[in-house]
Amino acid sequence: MSAGTLRIALVGNPNCGKTALFNQLTGGRQKVANYAGVTIERKEGRFTAPSGRVLQLLDLPGTYSFDVTSPDERITRDVLEGNYPGEAAPDLIVCVADATNLRLHLRFVLEVKRLGRPVVLALNMMDTARRRGITIDVPELQRRLGLPVVETVAVKRGGVRALIAQVDGEMPTAAPAQPDDAASRAGLHAQVRELMAATVVMPRATAQVDDALDRWALHPVFGLAILAVVMFLVFQAVYSVGKPITDAIGDGFDWLGAQAAALLPAGPLQSLVTDGLFGGLGTVLGFLPEILVLFLFILVLEESGYLPRAAFLLDRVMLSVGLTGRSFIPLLSSFACAIPGIMGTRSIQDPRDRLATILVAPLMTCSARLPVYALLIGAFIPARHVLGAFNLQGLVLFALYAAGILGAMAVGWVIKRIRRDRSEHALLMELPSYRLPHPRDVAIGLWERGSIFLKRLTGVILSLTVLMWFISTFPSPPAGASGPAIEYSIAGYLGRGLQYIFGPLGFNWQISLALIPAFAARETAVAALATVYAVGGEGGDLGQALTAHVSLASALSLLVWFAFAPQCMSTLAVIRRETNSWRNVAISFGYMFAVAYVASLLTYQIARWLT
Amino acid sequence: MRLSDLPKGAAAVVDRVDDAQANDPIAQRLRDLGFVAGEPVRLVAQGPLGADPLLIQIGSTRFALRRSEAARVAVRLKEQEAA
Repeated sequence: MSAGTLRIALVGNPNCGKTALFNQLTGGRQKVANYAGVTIERKEGRFTAPSGRVLQLLDLPGTYSFDVTSPDERITRDVLEGNYPGEAAPDLIVCVADATNLRLHLRFVLEVKRLGRPVVLALNMMDTARRRGITIDVPELQRRLGLPVVETVAVKRGGVRALIAQVDGEMPTAAPAQPDDAASRAGLHAQVRELMAATVVMPRATAQVDDALDRWALHPVFGLAILAVVMFLVFQAVYSVGKPITDAIGDGFDWLGAQAAALLPAGPLQSLVTDGLFGGLGTVLGFLPEILVLFLFILVLEESGYLPRAAFLLDRVMLSVGLTGRSFIPLLSSFACAIPGIMGTRSIQDPRDRLATILVAPLMTCSARLPVYALLIGAFIPARHVLGAFNLQGLVLFALYAAGILGAMAVGWVIKRIRRDRSEHALLMELPSYRLPHPRDVAIGLWERGSIFLKRLTGVILSLTVLMWFISTFPSPPAGASGPAIEYSIAGYLGRGLQYIFGPLGFNWQISLALIPAFAARETAVAALATVYAVGGEGGDLGQALTAHVSLASALSLLVWFAFAPQCMSTLAVIRRETNSWRNVAISFGYMFAVAYVASLLTYQIARWLT
Repeated sequence: MRLSDLPKGAAAVVDRVDDAQANDPIAQRLRDLGFVAGEPVRLVAQGPLGADPLLIQIGSTRFALRRSEAARVAVRLKEQEAA
């Protein structure tokens, strides 16, 4: 029994199975946070060793080399060297290497060893190595490296027993620290070659199954077809599994709100609880199922090794508009909702590419725009066929989706033109071996994403929703007022004030007013318009009310506005969270407002001139 | 010959990595990833548009490199392996 906790840092190349090892060791006892001031994840967990000693485990970002090229590699180096402010240097470093890819991974092991700290090498994925007929002379490797070497199988129960026994036992002595300069770095590869020749026998450099799968997955024609099918399935799942649950949650909260309303006396308190609290919470929680379904697919695709293949296929297209192949998945996610999309940009390590992706993600047509599109298209676009086969309403919807994609490409291209940093940023992406996703790792990943989403957004969205409720409720209409109550509220005055801005786009005051709640959540624009027109004494069908009061030119202009406008404050909140900068929020809001304004103005003026 | 000029499926041996500018971080990263003299490489696949990026196998690892990145690597073709 030894007193105190032992701090262990887990390092290794990307794709060495480090996270699976971390999950196996710590189970659910993890704490995910960010390093101060940056959005690089800091994962910490603890477990109790058989001796009773508490081991505290820090999972550092995957790193190829200490010659840092990205912020997360810098953090890894600084933490290991004990130079990271607020982070004590680890007592022991566990360096994880993929036993099937030692030529690459051993080089980093040698770099870690040169730090002059106690190091244990975990040869991970030993089961795969054995299956592929790879033999490793572990005692010889241990002798030559001068470090304890243990075999691990992170995805199997009991697969890390040897590692636990090793770290729980006597502390290995540290190798003498060596200077890190260009000349000595160049020698590392020669050392790796020597080590490989003396200790590793590989019948084949790659797994046969990888070669076979890649022949299809990366094929210029079939590869793209497979990608299209995968994308389609993800979409279908988000809509057919996520959406109904989302709607059910919304309905559930409406019901709860109604129950609460029955208990409370009518008045501001009742309205705060039903509209503000339950309505707001329902909206926030309603996003959760879609986000979870989406992240389930993203995690499975990520774990399986397919995502880098998708990035490979699309890199050229994305690069031409100032993005990278890695932007693809976050942008795909943004079709469901920009929030998980922006959160998903964490997989893009290059900060410049990541920011560009975050800036264009909100232009993808998210599911919250659909109710608005459906209402306006249904009311204003005749359901007739053009060119024989095409439904005009469907064509307009398609055009709106296309406008989002083309808009994102144009914005990406402009960002590429105007940014000061014109340097070449590398793709240099490893395509890892295909792996069967492990349920535990997927489950832990989902849990992490879900709780981050709830923790970070509930506060912001909830308080803004309450604020929105407040300005649409107060002050109450004077006695004997005839118009809808909202007309006399702060929001009502704002709506009329906004008309000075939105008048040139063809928006009447009702529409301008509806844009205020739409800023909280786009789909509420429909409910807001319904309220204004219904309470205004129109009654009946909202579509009919709209056609009676709004011209076709105004309707088209409104559609275009919804395609581009910076509307949903949750998105802006998540941009602030993920980039840690209000400046980026201002840039997003500003450019989207400008694009939406100009596009709607043009649409309105041209449509009016034509009709 | 440059790694970016390699025909599909061809095997070659790395000669050196040239810096595109002084202190080229991409060239340095390529060296760190194992693109050093004498290391065998193979062009496994090419992207669907403009045959870009390239999928290069070095050791047991496959890296996707854009053509501009691969152009930094000088290689010698392995004649016998083509057969």
